[in-house]
Amino acid sequence: METLLTAFLASTVRTATPLALASLGEGMCERAGVINLGMEGTIIAGAFGAAVGAAAGGTVLGIAGGALAGLVVSCVFGIFAIWLRTDQIITGTAVTLGALGLTSALYRVTFGTQGVALSIPTLAPLPLPLLSSIPVLGSAFFSQPVLTYIAFVLAPVCSWFLFRTRTGLIWRATGESPEAVRSAGGRPVQVQLLATSLSGLLGGLAGACLVLSQVGTFADGMSAGRGFIAIAVVALGRWHPSGILAASLLFGGSSALQYLFQAAATAIPYQVFLALPYMMALVVLTSGRRGHAAPAALGGKLENSLS
Amino acid sequence: MSAILRGHASTVRFLFGGSVVVVLLGVLAGTIALGGFPVGASLQSLVRGSIGSPDALLSATFVRASPLLLTGLAVALSFRSGVFNIGAEGQLVVGAAAATFVAIRAEQWLDVWTVPVELAAAAAAGIAWAIVPAWLRRRFRVPEVITTIMMNFLATFLVSYLVRGPLQEPTRVYPQSSTFAELARIPTVHPMVRLHWGFVLAILLALFLGWALRHTASGFRIIAVGVNPRAAEETGRIDVDRLTWLVFLGSGALAGLAGGIEVGGVTYALYDNVSPGYGYTAIAVALLAGLQPVMVVPSAILFGGLSAGAAAMQRDVAVPAGFVEFVQALIILALLAAPHIVAFMQQRLARLQAVEQQGAR
Repeated sequence: METLLTAFLASTVRTATPLALASLGEGMCERAGVINLGMEGTIIAGAFGAAVGAAAGGTVLGIAGGALAGLVVSCVFGIFAIWLRTDQIITGTAVTLGALGLTSALYRVTFGTQGVALSIPTLAPLPLPLLSSIPVLGSAFFSQPVLTYIAFVLAPVCSWFLFRTRTGLIWRATGESPEAVRSAGGRPVQVQLLATSLSGLLGGLAGACLVLSQVGTFADGMSAGRGFIAIAVVALGRWHPSGILAASLLFGGSSALQYLFQAAATAIPYQVFLALPYMMALVVLTSGRRGHAAPAALGGKLENSLS
Repeated sequence: MSAILRGHASTVRFLFGGSVVVVLLGVLAGTIALGGFPVGASLQSLVRGSIGSPDALLSATFVRASPLLLTGLAVALSFRSGVFNIGAEGQLVVGAAAATFVAIRAEQWLDVWTVPVELAAAAAAGIAWAIVPAWLRRRFRVPEVITTIMMNFLATFLVSYLVRGPLQEPTRVYPQSSTFAELARIPTVHPMVRLHWGFVLAILLALFLGWALRHTASGFRIIAVGVNPRAAEETGRIDVDRLTWLVFLGSGALAGLAGGIEVGGVTYALYDNVSPGYGYTAIAVALLAGLQPVMVVPSAILFGGLSAGAAAMQRDVAVPAGFVEFVQALIILALLAAPHIVAFMQQRLARLQAVEQQGAR
């Protein structure tokens, strides 16, 4: 029972890591009033960048390549949606479509037309001293690849930034009312471009995580909708970094449960577990003191940013 | 809302869109050349696979265009009224499931009525799937972008369950439904081609919606709400909440119908990934059409042709289909940015003229 529980927890954390990275990025971005549907594109670009980097020069270069590729894709999104003020939803969809197509094509061009499975160095688990020897929890939470720890540390850091710094306050204010920020002498365009870049960086890391610590190769469309799941994760986490981390774990747990129940061949269809976190997110959106916690200016456009 | 979503100056933009397409075909050629593939042979294959022969047109391009046409209409209609329904994918998928349910379970006693009931069930399922986000929007002001994405995932899980449970084929080996009987299939327009009457139905719907938006009071209200919901509400003659609710459901019905037409006219069975992302491509289709229902027809045919041609190109010359998706994305981005860049240049021009006038005085 204990080993089963450990295996379940470990699988939960493994599945949750890329989701947490991407969702924290999406969450920070949405807090600044930008809904980045290009997240799926940044993840796949990150995965491709990580594969190229790792094949060229090991895992460290892989992580850097992933982050850089994600950043580039999100900058394309930012230039259009924030600087040129094109519609965020359509721009995001286009960026995702383009990134999925381009990575698939480049992969075939770079690594052969058949898309032969490319084998690249992967990140080994990095057991933390003392903590990893805690029974049950130790090997699940503290014997993970480095990107997992980054995700876990990032959540409180993001919280601190958003709620305890002046810049974080301006960031949140931009998400509620960019006009007010502008009147107060702030620069909402700059804030939103920064937030988008951050989301690209984290989306890229999520892609790198898929390649370097999970699959060990690149595959077409391996982001598998995680960029869109992130939107649901952010809503379930009520736009709060720690909530987002918890929600990622919940989504990870539900897909880990799926495999447990699939193996056990129970009467409950496993799709129920997959659907559960989405239904919870829908319910969460209707509840709470303030109603749904989405930033007021989410998806809106800034006026006069070009002139 | 940007000007492009309001549907102003549609002809100018469509002409502009045409030139953009030509330029980007050039970009595609360049990309293919950079990838080290023979440009001539690749483009030839792209054309041959999409519009090169009556068969390519009638068995590939138009067939692929049909679901894009209906989901494109769903997106155009909803975006026009300021409802960002990006749940066409999920609504299509549940529509396909509902149509399959009718086709498999009720074909014996519905007889010749199977296909109409099938399509009605598909549209009803699409509506049902749109009700949740529409209600959350109306009652709790939850942004529909977020909720429709979630509903898309739930739809995928539902189909995944159905094809492994209640709707699985009798031998219970493959995760798919059994193949539709002859009576449950939408007839093709001619025995030699794969094109089915669903395509014609979709075109008729596009014409009807185009007419209705332009020439009926409801159409006028929809456009008014899309341009400025607060002004529309202030007139006291438009119930914005009720109108957007109805548009949302109508949009769901169109997307659901797309699913019914796809399983009834093309795949003849339900399985995972029955839609290769039609509901998302639909956003691009609607945008290229400038959110004009009638213009969705050529736009969907263009995207259907690009997808058919890309498949042929990958088959014949091994050029990755991803290139074409990439170019599609470039088309959308160019279309999005163009009005903003033009407006920016006009602003500058006006300022320059003002300065000159002052100088002349």
